[in-house]
Amino acid sequence: MSREKILAAVKSNQFSHAELPNVDILDALTASDVSQVKQYTTVATAGGSFVYEVSDFDAIKTILHKEFKAGVKIISGIKELDEYTYAGNVVDELAHSFADVELTILRSFLGVAENGALWLTETQMNVRVLPFISQHLAIVIHQDDLVPAMGQAYAKIGNADYGYGAFISGPSKTADIEQSLVIGAQGPRSLSVFILTT
Amino acid sequence: MSNVTEKSHAELAAAFNKDEPRVDWHDETLWWVRQKRDIQAHKLPEWELLRETASQIKNNVLSNLSGYLEQFEANAIKNGVVVHWAADAAEHNKIVHQLLTERGINRMVKSKSMLTEECHLNEYLKEQGLDVIDSDLGERIVQLAGEPPSHIVLPCIHKKKEEIGDIFHEHLGSAKGESDPKILTETARQHLREVFLTRRAALTGVNFAIAETGEFVICTNEGNADMGAHLAEIHIASMGLEKIIPERKHLGIFLRLLTRSATGQPITTYSSHFKKPQENKQIHIIIVDNGRSIQLGREDFRNSLKCIRCGACMNTCPVYRKSGGHSYHTAIAGPIGSILAPNLDMKKYADLPFASTLCGSCSNVCPVKIDIHDQLYKWRQVIVKEGYTPTAKTIAMKAMAITLSSPALYRSGGKMGRLVFKYAPFAVNNKLNPWYKHREMPKAPEESFGEWYNKRKEGKK
Ligand code: SF4
Repeated sequence: MSREKILAAVKSNQFSHAELPNVDILDALTASDVSQVKQYTTVATAGGSFVYEVSDFDAIKTILHKEFKAGVKIISGIKELDEYTYAGNVVDELAHSFADVELTILRSFLGVAENGALWLTETQMNVRVLPFISQHLAIVIHQDDLVPAMGQAYAKIGNADYGYGAFISGPSKTADIEQSLVIGAQGPRSLSVFILTT
Repeated sequence: MSNVTEKSHAELAAAFNKDEPRVDWHDETLWWVRQKRDIQAHKLPEWELLRETASQIKNNVLSNLSGYLEQFEANAIKNGVVVHWAADAAEHNKIVHQLLTERGINRMVKSKSMLTEECHLNEYLKEQGLDVIDSDLGERIVQLAGEPPSHIVLPCIHKKKEEIGDIFHEHLGSAKGESDPKILTETARQHLREVFLTRRAALTGVNFAIAETGEFVICTNEGNADMGAHLAEIHIASMGLEKIIPERKHLGIFLRLLTRSATGQPITTYSSHFKKPQENKQIHIIIVDNGRSIQLGREDFRNSLKCIRCGACMNTCPVYRKSGGHSYHTAIAGPIGSILAPNLDMKKYADLPFASTLCGSCSNVCPVKIDIHDQLYKWRQVIVKEGYTPTAKTIAMKAMAITLSSPALYRSGGKMGRLVFKYAPFAVNNKLNPWYKHREMPKAPEESFGEWYNKRKEGKK
């Protein structure tokens, strides 16, 4: 068995114990009490996201009606946006059947101002592949759920149990061809972030 | 896509250097990435503390790696993940092969994994009659070109868009002469979507494996790892055993450093945390040693196991930028690759620790503070002691080490060097000078930088 062999080799070669450093100092340095909306918007926009501050779900509906033609396949993981197929009702469908989804709208309860990332677990995604296979993605978050930096984000995640979770910070992109940035690599071609302010 | 070659770094670099405008372009593109990294790093006043903290966390990991590996394994199993162990590349490849064949799968999609490059997995599976498609755009490009990646983060950084256009025209049916990155990316998107939707198996790398929770994290900008993994029945994740970090909250440190150092973005588009398999699907993790436990035992080189594969040391390295990733003839190029490769095969990679000016720029940008240039220097000593260096290089190196260590000698050495260049070119163009090979000696400047600088200072007074 390689397992025992490897572990024994590692054990005999690892050196004397080195302490873990204190990471709380870093979290204290990035902590902040002011609203993170402005910082989040600046960073997320630079990363290629479209950020909207909205007062309620009706405002989101208005924007979506303007941006997406009627008749395209849209899936919503948000009860308030009920004119679309509710994600909770399609969780048992084959993941491949979402290949023709134009837009997926999901909820996040944690966003990070320093890098524009939004945290979603499988619970909010409903189906793991949804935020990736969709041509476009929209995520709704409340302004109070924005934290300054990754330290605070992981403090909030804590020891939550999830099957899968992801930070998503923008549309899928690549710069593999001569370092020119192209939006829309293998995942969504756009990310719209709706920040609820009330 | 074999890396197997008998040529040394110097010879391969000489070939790369024949096309001067391309070398300049390569050099400038990578320097631009380095500058983007600087902008991000300078935005964080706590940057140095972040690096130091990350380095210390990795120190702790290496000091208790066996314990953390066992903890990670136990938690992963609790999460419903199957864990395999591979002592070397051959065992890793065999495990992948078996996982596929016992399910009757003969086609797999794969996202970026430098470990599988190190193990030459693609070639192995091809020999067994299995088909692998790389889904990272840059990796797909070099795969279609029949080449290995030339950079761990930017796999086809050595390719011009026109060349990529030709490759896509031949293999993916894009219009002849098309070289617009947007159109080429869209072409790949359509092609890869079909691949994602038809593959029952997906293999990914691992950026971080968390001992405390048994989950692992994969970072991509394209979303290709997730597309592959979520659509497949079986997700195989290959990880080097040094990928461990102790606790979930430590991700907060490493995710802040990784992409800022790599591409100058504050974070990748996707940082995906895989903990449990989806219903009716499987996740298999293969923990690979392949020389890592030996490196752990080499006191002078064990710090190289802290590497989080950001590529910053390559982007900043004057030798890498001017010689190209393929000149290192190993899966991981650049300064860090030159430390890792001799551990695997000291004879074959004896040239790599010499492919450096020891300027220290790599160590300055490394997010986990690996003493890269010191280790390169130490490898030289080991390699010379073991008798693996070509004599010519040894003599020139010795002279250079002496001049560099003494500022006074450096100055006069430069002056004498210039006289030699000007009046007796044959004296330096001889066989003892390894720097001369395959290239014109540069024209000697009328005055050295030191002289010019001193004059300038005096003129100002
Ligand atoms: S050695 Fe440091 S700079 Fe180089 S790839 Fe590894 S982590 Fe990045």
